[in-house]
Formats: sequence, structure tokens, C-alpha cells
Amino acid sequence: MNDNIKILEGSMAIASTVKTCKPNIVSAYPITPQTHIVENIAKMVADGEIKADYIRADSEFSALSTLIGASATGARTYSSTTSQGLALMFEALFNASGMRLPIVMTVVNRALSAPLNIWNDQQDSISVRDAGWIQLYAEDNQEACDLLPIAYKVAEDKEILLPTMCCMDGFILTHTFEPVIIPEESLVDEFLPPFRPDFILDPANPLTFGAYAGPEIYTEFRYQQHNAMIKAEEKIEKAMNEFGEVFGREYGLIDEYRLDDADIVIISMGSLLGTIKDAVDEMREDGIKVGILKITSYRPFPKEKIYNKIKGIEKGIVFEKDVSIGTGAGLLNDLKAALYGKKQTPFLYGFVLGLGGRDVGMNDIKDAVKKVKTLELEDFGFINLRKEVL
Amino acid sequence: MNKAKRNDIRLIPGGITRPKTTITNKTGFWRTFIPIFNEERCNKCGICDIFCPENCIIINEEGYRHPNYDFCKGCGICAEECPKDAIKMILESKEG
Amino acid sequence: MSSQLFAPGHTACSGCGMPIAIKLILEGSGKDIIVVSPTGCLEVTTTRYPTSAWGVPWIHSLFENAAAVASGIERALKVLNRDANVIVIAGDGATVDIGIGALSGMFERGDNVTYICYDNEAYMNTGVQRCSSTPYGASTTTSPVGKLSFGEDRPKKDLPAIAVAHGVPYVATASIGYPKDVIRKIKRAKEIVGPKYIHILTPCPTGWRFDENKTIEIAKLAVETGLFPIYEIEGGTLIKVKKIKNRKPVEEYLRLQGRYRHILKGFKDQLEIIQEIADKNAEKFGLDG
Repeated sequence: MNDNIKILEGSMAIASTVKTCKPNIVSAYPITPQTHIVENIAKMVADGEIKADYIRADSEFSALSTLIGASATGARTYSSTTSQGLALMFEALFNASGMRLPIVMTVVNRALSAPLNIWNDQQDSISVRDAGWIQLYAEDNQEACDLLPIAYKVAEDKEILLPTMCCMDGFILTHTFEPVIIPEESLVDEFLPPFRPDFILDPANPLTFGAYAGPEIYTEFRYQQHNAMIKAEEKIEKAMNEFGEVFGREYGLIDEYRLDDADIVIISMGSLLGTIKDAVDEMREDGIKVGILKITSYRPFPKEKIYNKIKGIEKGIVFEKDVSIGTGAGLLNDLKAALYGKKQTPFLYGFVLGLGGRDVGMNDIKDAVKKVKTLELEDFGFINLRKEVL
Repeated sequence: MNKAKRNDIRLIPGGITRPKTTITNKTGFWRTFIPIFNEERCNKCGICDIFCPENCIIINEEGYRHPNYDFCKGCGICAEECPKDAIKMILESKEG
Repeated sequence: MSSQLFAPGHTACSGCGMPIAIKLILEGSGKDIIVVSPTGCLEVTTTRYPTSAWGVPWIHSLFENAAAVASGIERALKVLNRDANVIVIAGDGATVDIGIGALSGMFERGDNVTYICYDNEAYMNTGVQRCSSTPYGASTTTSPVGKLSFGEDRPKKDLPAIAVAHGVPYVATASIGYPKDVIRKIKRAKEIVGPKYIHILTPCPTGWRFDENKTIEIAKLAVETGLFPIYEIEGGTLIKVKKIKNRKPVEEYLRLQGRYRHILKGFKDQLEIIQEIADKNAEKFGLDG
């Protein structure tokens, strides 16, 4: 067993990894279930273990706003939030990305009110997919940690300059004790160069940040962001490869599991994949040819890579913890758009499950796969509904 | 589209702008009344300069102040506040 | 005193009081500053891409977050061992209404930021809608005079008092009618560590509806009538007040402005109430003398 493996709560593992990334400014507002992350960082600052300044913001909106100022001044910045906090940040999310400030934020995924619910789903970050932030989704705590230095490296790349959300499921990951290897600080130093932006707020070179743009030039700024997001695809892949070389742990924009001879591909993001893998193992034992496509990078959305992996597979089933009310769900709709007009694409089914922290069991997955095979399900629906209360 | 507002400067991502570049924007064309400064009455107190919203008052070699008409919008604050009554606002003829 | 830090070519209305305030602020602050401005007249008239009137580093993020952005800059400068005075220059709408949460946070954290509100007493950038710094009796597009209305029916929100209640070590009010006083207060703020709040009255010919050459006269009359008292509070104590000899009746201030025309034409009770506001200010701050 690796000496560096520790059994840590997910939130503590995240805080410990943030420390190795050496942010100058951390700013946050406490909200369940993100609290343990920021409490741990605050303690590290209080103990002098991390040289960052911790701003106790008066709201999530202010937290991100302080980071906009700090990042424009040349500081490496970090925040974490969830759900209502992310929703409150909405305006500042677009502002940070439009100003091309490489802020990194752990989004602890949680349901949105109403009804008020503090438990996990992914409605929060999926709902801000168009905010111009890179979005990476972690399957387990090791990945949630490792995505942080990768996120900084890509976000701060001068060809990218996009803020980044590292998403991890609330409670399921943040409050679970798992064995993790915290990236070694000296290796992070080797992997992640210091933040040295070309343009900063500085009286010696008095630039104006955040000018307003009329119809004659606004589109071009959006076009630049669009191109940077597309470019981020290869940069994330490159950073992940370098990370693999330095740390020995491999990641990809997407990943596959038992997909080689599958006639059904399950597509999903986040901690749900753990349950799905167990279900797939059991189904494989029963002779069902099912495999998994894991999406780690939701923004940028690696359309060609996804297509090349699932081309020729008969059916696809998307399981996700969010809903685009009245029209499907985020990942499903994006996959359909990505595959439209292409040949030999799987017929896609999309199922919403696990909203507001409802448990997802292996049987939910197996049952849905079985019913898809026997054509008992529509191509979109909610799984595990309590029909008796409706 | 207004061609005057187009610009060939390459975009800096994030919309960063160089300092004091509004000088390309000659706001003098807004003017209806034009201030005429009379050096004979002027005591060089500089009040016109302090209160000019355009920040467009310049000092000549003899130390007298005059507006840069490229930018003067003709608000008349300088004439109103001048303690020596050395500035007159007159209707500007705009020929050609 | 042509400030080398602020260029002409901005697009503020002719006779606007705001750029006069900016010149005075920059005269007092010097060049080693970073300015944060929220959305508003100042931002749209001085920084249309690809131009900027600013000769100092300047940032605009959103409407209601200037104080938070300033906090982030100030903390970042400290961590990065760099030096500059962080100054917010914000309109009254961004300060007294939508941005008050972030401002309260900045005050409470004690961040070393000078927050300056240029007060034109309504949302001018969007077309003269009332905000909570709009004074009693003023007609705006959302507090219009009508058969059932005499205009704004609430008194002006007292933000300097709110700043004092936060324990802000230096709180001052000023008017562009008194330029040396404005510059002195900006310089004084520079000497104090912690949050500073300066509230500057900047008349708006467009929104207040007066002749564009009367900006300074009106800025003085607001003070001379007692409607806009000028004072300094340090460590919670009133240390200086601009005294007024022969305080003028409020009519002299109101009659120059279209936003109050109806008051003089027939709202006698409201005129009395406005005079009472001035009288109470005079009593509270000891203006007469």
C-alpha cells in the first residue's frame, strides 16, 4: 500500500489539495454541504499552513466578486459553493468568464430550491453550463482532488483563460471517508507553474478592465470565449496526460468501462458512475452486453471523442441528476445535439434520477436497462417515481 | 454601423483597454454655444479649469487658459463660474 | 489642475457634475491607486471599448459588487506584497440600493478601501428612475408627479449614518461646489487605514432638469440651504461641519430644478416638509453660524 494514502473525508481531501495549489486568495460563503471544505481551509489559514488570505465574504455573490478583483490583480484564487450559492453567483459567473479570469471553484453539487433540499443532485452546475466556465465532474474523491491542479493549469493557460468549476457530488463525496492520495506539494509545484498573467491592475501600467462593448464588438468577445473553450479540449487532455506522468494517475475528458463489445452504452457523470459500474459488472455476469461512457469534461463537451466511442452501439442510456424542465435533461440534450446528423449513432434514452438526494441503487440501473431492452420505457422519463403520491 | 466607432485594434481577451484613449472621441461636435476666453479680463485664477467637466482646459505660454475645442461640449460652467466675467458664451456658427 | 489621470473625450452629458468629482478625486488621490467602478453613468461614459478616459488602473465588474471587487483587490495586493490605494467610485444607485450588501460586507471586514459615492440622487444612467437616495418631493420617471402624487414620498436614505454605524473610521460628505474641500477629504482618507466612506453630491442637469451651466451653483445651493450638510466623522465623532452664514430658504435651491417645479407650483405642505428637512439638518449638525 502506498504510504501516501490517507483515509480522509472528501472535504478535507479537497482542502488539502487546494493547499498544494497555493492559491493567494480564498473567498467563500458557507453553505451546506460545502462547509467542511471552507472550514478546513480557514483552519489551515489560521494555522499558517497555507499562505493564502481567506476573505469571509458576505454572500456567495460577494465571494466570487472578491475573486474577480483579486484575479484581475494577479492573484491565484479559489472558492467553493453549491446550489443556492451558485445560483446567487449567476451574474458574476458570466462576468468572471467574460473578463477571462482563471478562477477555480469546487462546486459541491446539490439540489435547487423550491422545495428546499440540501441533498445531492447536479441541477446547480448543469444549469450554468452556458456561463463560459470549464466544468469537470469527479467520480470519486481522488478524482475530485486531482482535477484541481489540472483545472488551474488549464484555466491559467494563456490560450485559455477560462474560469473552471470542479464539480463533486454533495454529501456522497464531500462527506464520505475514502482512501485518497493528496498530490504531493513538490510535485504540484513541478506540474503547475506560478500564475503570471500578462495583464493586471497595476498603477505602473494603468489598464482599464471591464470596458463596455457595443454591438460593433460584443460578438467578437463571445467568439473568443467560444474558441478558447474549444481549445480547452486539447489543453485539458494535455494537462491530464502530464498529470499522469507526474502523479501516475490517469484521467481523460471521457472514459470508458467494458465498452468494447457493448450493444448498450450507459452515459453519466459524477459519483453515480460508481453505482453504475457495479450494476454493469452484475449485468455482464448475466450476459447483458452493457458498458459505460463516463463524461468528465462537460464543458468543453468533447463531441467528436464521444461520437467515436459510441458509434455503432445500438442503444445509449443517459442517467443524470438534473432535469431541463419540460424538454429532457442537460446531458441528454447535449448528447443528442452532438450526435445529430451523424451516422451509426445509438438510439438515446434519458432518465432522470437521484434528485434531491434520493438514493440510486444498482437495481434502479439494472431495471432501467432491462426495460429499455424490452421496450417498456419511453425514451425519456423519471426513474423510481413514487406514483402513489401523485 | 457607425464606422467612427469601429477600430482595428486587436482584441485583448476580456476587453482590456489602454489608458486615456478617449482622446480619439472629439466631443466638441456636441457644442451649440462656444466659450470665448478674454485674456484681458482673466486673472489666471484657474476656476474654469477646476470646474470643467471635460477636463479640456489648456494653459498657453503666457499662462492663460483656453478650452480645447476638440472636446469642449459648450456647457458654459466656466463662463458661469468665472469671477472676472472673462468668458462669454456665443452661439457657434457651424459652416462647412 | 487639469488632471493628467483623466482624459477628455468621455461622453458624460454636457455640464455633468460627475466628471468634475472624478477630477477632484484624482487630484486628491494621486496616481498610485486602483479604481473600481460599478455599472452606471461613470462606467458607460468613460470606458466604451476600445477607449478609456482613465489614466489609472480601473476595473468595472457588475452593478452591485464594486465593494466586494475592491476587497478582493486590496487583499490580493497585500498577499502579493504590492502597494496601491484601492478606491471605489460608485453612483448612488449602486451604493445605497443594489450594492449595499457588498458594501456592508466590505465595511464590516475592515478592508482598507476608500469608497466614494457620487450622488446624483436617482438612477440616471437608465433614465432618471428614483432610488433610495432620491430626495423627498423630487419627481422622477418612477416617482412622477400625478393627480395622486407629489413625486418621491420618502426621505433620502442616510448612507453616511449607515457607514458610521458599521464603525467605519472615516466618513465624510462633500459637494463639488467646494473643490478644495473635496480634495482635502480624499487626502485625509488616504491617511487612514481601514474602510473610508465619502459621499459627494454631483448635480445632474439631465435628471434634475436645470441649465447645464448651473451645476456648480446648484451644488453650492444644496449646501447653503442645509439640504445637503457637509461634515466629517472620524472614529464615530463629528469633527468638522461646514457652517452656513445666513442659511437660504430651500426654494432658492428648488426653483432652479425641473424635478421640483411642481412643489413650488402648489404643493405647499411638501414645501414645508422640505424646509423642515433642512432645518433638522441644521439642528443636527449645527450648520448655522
